[in-house]
Amino acid sequence: MASYNLSHLKQLEAEAIYIMREVAAQFERPVLLFSGGKDSIVLTRLAEKAFWPAKMPFPLMHIDTGHNFPETIAFRDKLVEKLGVELIVGSVEESIRQGKAQDEKGPNPSRNGLQTITLLDKIEELGFDAAFGGARRDEEKARAKERFFSHRDEFGQWDPKNQRPELWNLFNGRKNMGEHFRVFPISNWTEMDVWQYIAQEGLELPPIYFSHQRRVVNRGGVLLAENPYISLLNGEEYETRTIRFRTVGDATCTGAVESDADTLEKIIQEVASARITERGGRADDRRSEAAMEDRKRQGYF
Amino acid sequence: MEQQLANTAVDTDRYLNMDLLRFTTAGSVDDGKSTLIGRLLLDSKAIFEDQIEAIERSSKQRGTEYVDLSLLTDGLRAEREQGITIDVAYRYFATPRRKFIIADTPGHIQYTRNMVTGASTANLAIVLVDARHGVVEQTRRHAFIASLLQIKHLVLAVNKMDLVDYSEDVFQKIKDDFSEFSSRLNIADIRYIPISALKGDNVVEKTENMPWFKGATLLYTLETVNISSDHNHVDSRFPVQYVIRPQNDKFHDYRGYAGRIAGGVFKPGDEVMALPSGFTSKIQSIDTINGPLEEAFAPMSVTITLEDDIDISRGDMLVKPNNQPKTEQDIELMICWLNQKPLQPKGKYILMHTTKSCKCIVKEVRYKVNINTLHKIEDDLTLGLNEIGRISLRATEPLFFDSYNRNRATGSLILIDQFTNETVGAGMII
Repeated sequence: MASYNLSHLKQLEAEAIYIMREVAAQFERPVLLFSGGKDSIVLTRLAEKAFWPAKMPFPLMHIDTGHNFPETIAFRDKLVEKLGVELIVGSVEESIRQGKAQDEKGPNPSRNGLQTITLLDKIEELGFDAAFGGARRDEEKARAKERFFSHRDEFGQWDPKNQRPELWNLFNGRKNMGEHFRVFPISNWTEMDVWQYIAQEGLELPPIYFSHQRRVVNRGGVLLAENPYISLLNGEEYETRTIRFRTVGDATCTGAVESDADTLEKIIQEVASARITERGGRADDRRSEAAMEDRKRQGYF
Repeated sequence: MEQQLANTAVDTDRYLNMDLLRFTTAGSVDDGKSTLIGRLLLDSKAIFEDQIEAIERSSKQRGTEYVDLSLLTDGLRAEREQGITIDVAYRYFATPRRKFIIADTPGHIQYTRNMVTGASTANLAIVLVDARHGVVEQTRRHAFIASLLQIKHLVLAVNKMDLVDYSEDVFQKIKDDFSEFSSRLNIADIRYIPISALKGDNVVEKTENMPWFKGATLLYTLETVNISSDHNHVDSRFPVQYVIRPQNDKFHDYRGYAGRIAGGVFKPGDEVMALPSGFTSKIQSIDTINGPLEEAFAPMSVTITLEDDIDISRGDMLVKPNNQPKTEQDIELMICWLNQKPLQPKGKYILMHTTKSCKCIVKEVRYKVNINTLHKIEDDLTLGLNEIGRISLRATEPLFFDSYNRNRATGSLILIDQFTNETVGAGMII
């Protein structure tokens, strides 16, 4: 008999596509959360594959902190146009204007946490019952315990101690009115898998992933890009360095790494020899040991 | 190995062709499971500097003298506070030969529920035994669950050999004890490896401390165990998951059946039968965005089109007319109960099986299994949390199934509480 063996990345792709179709079948109104980052770009590609030759049966939604890198927004708009899908933008700025959210005080204010308010608001307002996210279990220790189908109560909260067991290929998406699910099709992918998939599929990425010159400030070991939303502390100054970003998030908390990797091949090489996790440069995760879990419980991505 | 790994990762073609092994690790509380996983991750470079620093900080704060590797996976606040693992944690690493997903299942709380969950997708189980204590109740329990969940490969890793002077006699005795017990189980491939996770003997590198052991190291075993026949490639089964109808000008009449192949091989031109209708047609194409495929097999996700327009929807199944699954409403199964609230005799539940979902009623609890002795319990038929038993169900609609032993994908089902929506039972059809 011929050898019927599927390579690991093909298995992960088949799994992710299965999850996406399962959501389309089990839920009334799914949405794909799109950040402009590499994981959500991979997610979008998987959605394209899962429903081809039909269009993906759900819109994309971007929760815009108003503190994005302009390159990410330009990239987002181009991709949406190419795919011909609907884009919904949830604006944190808007939530602040409406008095539902408030900017943080202190030297390191970030709108990262405020995204949760806007996200949950939009989910409720538009009646979404399932939201795809690009989170991976290898990213962070609280995410290591996340389900593919992750139940959220009527307040959008996650209860990590009381999760539904997930067995075989059987995903239970049943819920009561007002509750929703977060669904993570690439749960089992590693950072390397994502990069190799991007290379294999020839996917385009926002330019900030590639090495470039930029003015940055070193704040507690995290290199933050110069932007209008942060102010320098005593003794800090901007300097020009050759950097790239390993993750794409709010400009106020996404740290850059010094890097000469200006092609996918070089990035893959860099990832292979990296000694620091990709979220190591995220100021939002450094706030406490359980920073991610605490945000996730509230309804974060 | 680090350099090798870096080279493989950069070599995209080679990376893309690596295969995937999913395994569970099970062990009692102090048998060194965290140490073993920590070593596999460290040696394969899957742990990073900032992670090591973070757990070093954390261990110091807690006043432990050594670096507590369980902090790597015990990510939840409650787990750290109580120093226990609550939930299955998934870990990832790769060697130049293979990618690995570890389902690390906690040894005490919710033990059965977690192990069953981790085992449901595993190709291989590592069962750890402390060389000083030998085969204990927990070892038997782990092995039974691995067998019940039909994990094809089991590695009995006899750990802490350094504490028994690397004695061949100790190892042989444990091996004999386990062989005797496992002869009553249904596990095709059992291997025995004497190791010391702490000292690194026979984990990644072959040790000089046990020249009497001629077998392979643990990592080499994980890298080379043959998993190509773990999926069923004989009985063709395609549960229809979703119907794709683009309804645009280019694909005006396109009707594709999307799903994940649960068994066997499908090719264009194959005659297929749709269940439950029994209508037959031929496969016109197997489509992907990258072009049509010449064949598709488990566990691929594909879209199949047929030559004839027949009525097929989610929950139906495409099979070969000369090799059909059983089609019945009355089902006999082994079930593992996952919820605080015990199984209700004559209770009604929602059942999920492949892509089908319908109601069912529990007809009878036939017996429970004492998972330590494998004895049947027939005088107490209340199936509570973490208990395993044999039951019979009647579904409101016929299911298309194979026995779990023959096909995990078409032989497994879950029960859902219709009021709380929780997943309460994991069933394996007999």
